[in-house]
Amino acid sequence: MNEQYILGIETSCDETAAAVIKNGKEIVSNVVASQIDTHKRFGGVVPEIASRHHVEQITMVIEEAMNNAGIEFSRLSGVAVTAGPGLVGALLIGVEAAKSIAFAHSLPLIPVHHIAGHIYANRLVTELQFPLLSLVVSGGHTELIYMKEHGHFEVIGETRDDAAGEAYDKVARVLHCPYPGGPHIDRMASEGEATINLPRAWLEEGSYDFSFSGLKSAVINTVHNAKQRGETIKPENLAASFQESVVEVLVEKTIRAAKEYNVKQILLAGGVAANNGLRTALRKAVAELENIELIIPPLKLCTDNAAMIAAAGSVFYEKGIRADLTLNANPGLDLESFNSKLIN
Amino acid sequence: MNILAIDTSTNVLGVGVVSQDKVIGEYMTNVKRNHSTRVLPAIDYLLNDCGVAKNEIEKIVVANGPGSYTGLRIGVTIGKTLAWTLKVPIVGVSSLKVMAANARYFEGLISPVMDARRGNIFTGLYKYKDGKLQQVEEDKHRSVKEWGDHLKDFNKPVMFVGDDSLIHNEIFSSILNDNAIFAPLTLNVPKPGELALLGKDLPGEDAHLFKPNYLRLSEAEAKWREKNRNN
Repeated sequence: MNEQYILGIETSCDETAAAVIKNGKEIVSNVVASQIDTHKRFGGVVPEIASRHHVEQITMVIEEAMNNAGIEFSRLSGVAVTAGPGLVGALLIGVEAAKSIAFAHSLPLIPVHHIAGHIYANRLVTELQFPLLSLVVSGGHTELIYMKEHGHFEVIGETRDDAAGEAYDKVARVLHCPYPGGPHIDRMASEGEATINLPRAWLEEGSYDFSFSGLKSAVINTVHNAKQRGETIKPENLAASFQESVVEVLVEKTIRAAKEYNVKQILLAGGVAANNGLRTALRKAVAELENIELIIPPLKLCTDNAAMIAAAGSVFYEKGIRADLTLNANPGLDLESFNSKLIN
Repeated sequence: MNILAIDTSTNVLGVGVVSQDKVIGEYMTNVKRNHSTRVLPAIDYLLNDCGVAKNEIEKIVVANGPGSYTGLRIGVTIGKTLAWTLKVPIVGVSSLKVMAANARYFEGLISPVMDARRGNIFTGLYKYKDGKLQQVEEDKHRSVKEWGDHLKDFNKPVMFVGDDSLIHNEIFSSILNDNAIFAPLTLNVPKPGELALLGKDLPGEDAHLFKPNYLRLSEAEAKWREKNRNN
């Protein structure tokens, strides 16, 4: 088999990233320049500032990825780039850089949906077996995605309001944690006890959709009411109660869908996949099932990175998915229609 | 020497190719349409039409600001990525200077104008001396009114260049009277060939460090500094 090298580029939010992946599974290089420190003082990602940083970082990050891989552009089979969803100004930098490289070296250009990338981060851990179910949880997404084969994505459940990661960020703000708050809540939760009764949004029977805005409001109200009554709530206990509510719903719906769809694997994907509470609960629940394998990527492949984009790009490359120099950034790119349209 | 010039700072999409001492190709549109989908196809088309291969490009010149933040980033990202990956030098030229260059035979002061909303503009002051374009005052974000008052003190004819100068023609005319001269429409569009020539003899910059000159802080940064000024 010929060796296939794909260069991946990702700039959808606040990480400028480039990576080279061999044969779809092997990380040859993986470079991420994070802007977290820049956005900290604003309490969240500022799109214009993120875009400005991407322009300044982009060629250095790609160069480092190519140097670490120790290969020339001529050895690449293609350039894969996140085309969306994400912040449009941020996405644009990666898209223009990827198109420029593809143009300069006459290489195929492969557009990748950001979530497809998160899912394919798992292929850098273990070979995928279909059908599979992926739970994607991040600052912008909470989705259950069913895959019957490579490149085929069916969203069977998604959030109707806030993404899980968004709820984490908001609760973190209520508890005065620095940005990004998710990891702080996770740590505090491990130090506290779930003593406060918070709601779980199951929605209508059989639904795989999620909702976290009610939970978020309940946390805010709990803090507010306690303050009015002059009571103190132990922040660790509130964090633990909040996390328990989020994790319980995520895990329960995932397990139910895995059974109904008779999947061989469950994949965890997205930035919130780094959450220890979620990892532990999902591991425990899947252990009780027979013949279902759980894949959880290492932390650095859970947060935004380009290795996952190249890994997805590698599969799409084989399927003949290509973009030309008119490729644009699409902040609202739809996973299901994007891929099926390109494959057919 | 083959020079590729890229200007995406305003609604104008300009790509130019200068070979030896000849402008051999220009692609220009002046419509409010997405640059992202059109710049690389325009470069591809123009190079093909001019018979210049990608590896025959020896220098890249980019109009690096001021202008639309997103527009600037598109041209700059394409320029710096091409320069870095094709291993050729890149230089930046002020987007306002490219506009000013159009007033070549005008014997007064030249003020290229880009609208910056809320009564503000991006502008600088230029003049031609012995056939060479010289900068008289730096490019800056300025209030239209204050700029007009300032120009009045020169007591000289000033040519305003750029489509956006027409947004403010009344205020400039009312302050400068007959000394306010507005460029004809053909000179309002920056010429990519001119951009290439302006950058031709400038020393190459580090592609990695190449970035737009926004001439303004982002809104979030400005607000943050305002809030933390006294801390």
